[in-house]
Amino acid sequence: MYSASMRESIAKVAATRERRLEEKHPRLTPDEKDALLRGFHPDFREDTQRPVKIGPNAGDSMPHELVNLLEARSVIDPVRPLPEPDLDVDVLVIGGGGAGVAAALTAHELGSRVLLVTKLRLGDANTMMAQGGIQAASKPNDSPVIHYLDVLGGGGFTNKPELVRALTSDAPLVIKWLEDLGCMFSKQPDGTMMSIHGGGTSRKRMHFARDYTGAEIMRTLRDELLNRDVPFIEFCPVLELVLDQEGKCAGALMQNFETGQFLVARARTTILATGGFGRLHVSGFPTSNHYGATADGLIMAYRAGGRLAFLDATQFHPTGVAFPEQMLGQLVTEKVRGVGAQLVNAEGEQFVFPLETRDAVSAAIIRECSDRGKGFATETGQPGVWLDSPMIERIHGPGTVRKELPAMFRQYERFGIDMSQDPILIYPTLHYQNGGIEIDEHGRCPQVANLYVAGEAAGGIHGRNRLMGNSLLDILVFGRRAGRHAAEQAPTVKVGTPSVEHVARFNQEVAAAGLGQASAPILLPDYVGR
Amino acid sequence: MAQPEPELITIYIMGKGYQVPKGLTIMRAMEYAGYRLVRGAGCRGGFCGACGTVYRTRGDYRLKVGLACQTVVEPEMYLTQIPFYPANKATYGLTQLKPNLATLLQLYPELPRCLGCNTCTRVCPQGIDVMDYMARAMRGDIAGVADKSFDCIMCGLCASRCPAEEVQPNVGLLARRLYARYLARPAAHLADRVAEVKAGKFDSDLDRIADMDLAQLKELYNSRDIEA
Repeated sequence: MYSASMRESIAKVAATRERRLEEKHPRLTPDEKDALLRGFHPDFREDTQRPVKIGPNAGDSMPHELVNLLEARSVIDPVRPLPEPDLDVDVLVIGGGGAGVAAALTAHELGSRVLLVTKLRLGDANTMMAQGGIQAASKPNDSPVIHYLDVLGGGGFTNKPELVRALTSDAPLVIKWLEDLGCMFSKQPDGTMMSIHGGGTSRKRMHFARDYTGAEIMRTLRDELLNRDVPFIEFCPVLELVLDQEGKCAGALMQNFETGQFLVARARTTILATGGFGRLHVSGFPTSNHYGATADGLIMAYRAGGRLAFLDATQFHPTGVAFPEQMLGQLVTEKVRGVGAQLVNAEGEQFVFPLETRDAVSAAIIRECSDRGKGFATETGQPGVWLDSPMIERIHGPGTVRKELPAMFRQYERFGIDMSQDPILIYPTLHYQNGGIEIDEHGRCPQVANLYVAGEAAGGIHGRNRLMGNSLLDILVFGRRAGRHAAEQAPTVKVGTPSVEHVARFNQEVAAAGLGQASAPILLPDYVGR
Repeated sequence: MAQPEPELITIYIMGKGYQVPKGLTIMRAMEYAGYRLVRGAGCRGGFCGACGTVYRTRGDYRLKVGLACQTVVEPEMYLTQIPFYPANKATYGLTQLKPNLATLLQLYPELPRCLGCNTCTRVCPQGIDVMDYMARAMRGDIAGVADKSFDCIMCGLCASRCPAEEVQPNVGLLARRLYARYLARPAAHLADRVAEVKAGKFDSDLDRIADMDLAQLKELYNSRDIEA
């Protein structure tokens, strides 16, 4: 599958492998890291963002692709009277990924009448694709305090401290919950959880289920939801939240994706778990994200008055596939570096310590391929650097790649590449929305009563940069926290008459600002005819 | 320099012919042809099982299957997606089960109907030896089923072709949950840590760190020791 010119560069990589076995590339000093990020990370490029003109965050800069949607008019006609509520529940959960299902299970267990609605299938979410692992300070040499410091440092000390505390304190509880649910973590024969480093961790606290960690968590949670007979509706995207006369969240307006029928669900409390914005292709980058990651929840919460945070910080995963073209943008899990693969340029030289934080590694790769001119460009002009996966077999023995990274190995094998023998070409890919809708430690949206947010849609937990393995963790910690609080609050809530007047007002604001040519939420990316 | 014009091939989506560039995956080819996928597309990376597809190429009687996001189109390919399959899933309370053959048979009584035809193994896009793990299930080898079925993405293509109407992905899932809950040893260090967290062992340290100013936090972070 590799061309002759690729083979030439691969030979250089192979030639330096023995030497690199002993060679440790120095870590960046705090000053070096700062300069690297400012020079090469896309967040700092002037042409990628602009201030949003309207709404609760007016004046704040965010990526153009998101601002386009925040400044769009609604896809619904808010002047038309709402249909009578078809469904009346205690807790409405919007989104069927890890956060949504964790929230639904938790609220259901506390006796709430729960309904989960989701745009695609139950389990269709980035959760399913997370390969690397889930962080938790479960080992004797670790603690939630050490984990806390890693999260804060990784986020550039911008994280909301009370959210980090919730994240790291609940982490062992979440792993235990999963273990009890029969989630098959990789373990030693004596039951000890296997755990490794990830970028930016100071302890080996990345727990994993081979390299299908997210898939294993998602299929377990989904199975449990089905076993407990929690009501859910698939292929039913929410188009807008509905509020009562006092501006409190009262449920949602949704639409059957196939028949077009509108439905209103009235709810005492509502949990938004709709994921992130990867499929908006911020700054034109390819993405590792699920098909449904189109920021729908951000758009509707914004119209309801929710504030957004840290959306100017986008996470580019340093190792997205650069070749073959068919896999462009797909993720090469960080675990590949965790078990020993180094990043090397076209000459076979290391240029960055492999386990720097994701923002720094991404910036270093972009620098190598631009200013330094030491990247490798494919025939289609796609730049990249080599991830020296054969090093894993050199360190841990033949067969390790196939055993430890079966998903990765299989995907490359489909296109005729044996990553246990040859390195793979990678380039940063749009991976994660670091920011999101503001929440407190119970998952509440501070500006909109009775509205909760969990998962990638929420912001503040990771500050400006999330560490590997803290996303699977955060969706479960805050999914469960939101589910619990929403269930406990529901009996005290008196729901008024659902209305979309706030959408009508927002549309007027949009029109008054001369905006609103486009409409949102978009629900799916547009790849038709491309 | 302009990109060279892509070489076009003809594929047939549900019998209708379209010209698409060579080298695209089935999913990208359907979009190129004008489909806006609602069902039949998910993670687009081979992890979610949303895009199971059945196809045949002209001149060949054999039906093949693959994931639309991972399978490259071939000339004269006839294809249709199977975005949903009404397979049975048993419901159960995991805490009430025993990890043995009787449990598997009670929840999936069709298990012994397996004809040993090997169709499931031949169609699996993950390359799993599905028939082997089903044979293990019939012997009550729950650990074996859990191990061998682990890479299943639950696309359901095996079940769609099974003449015995087995639902292999759900048998694998049940076995994994039984294995992880009852047969794998519990993590003692995890139980200990949970008890410590609940007893508030870390609260005072977390309070202390929460009160630090930025300079102190940075100092602490930059001087932290990193496990080798």
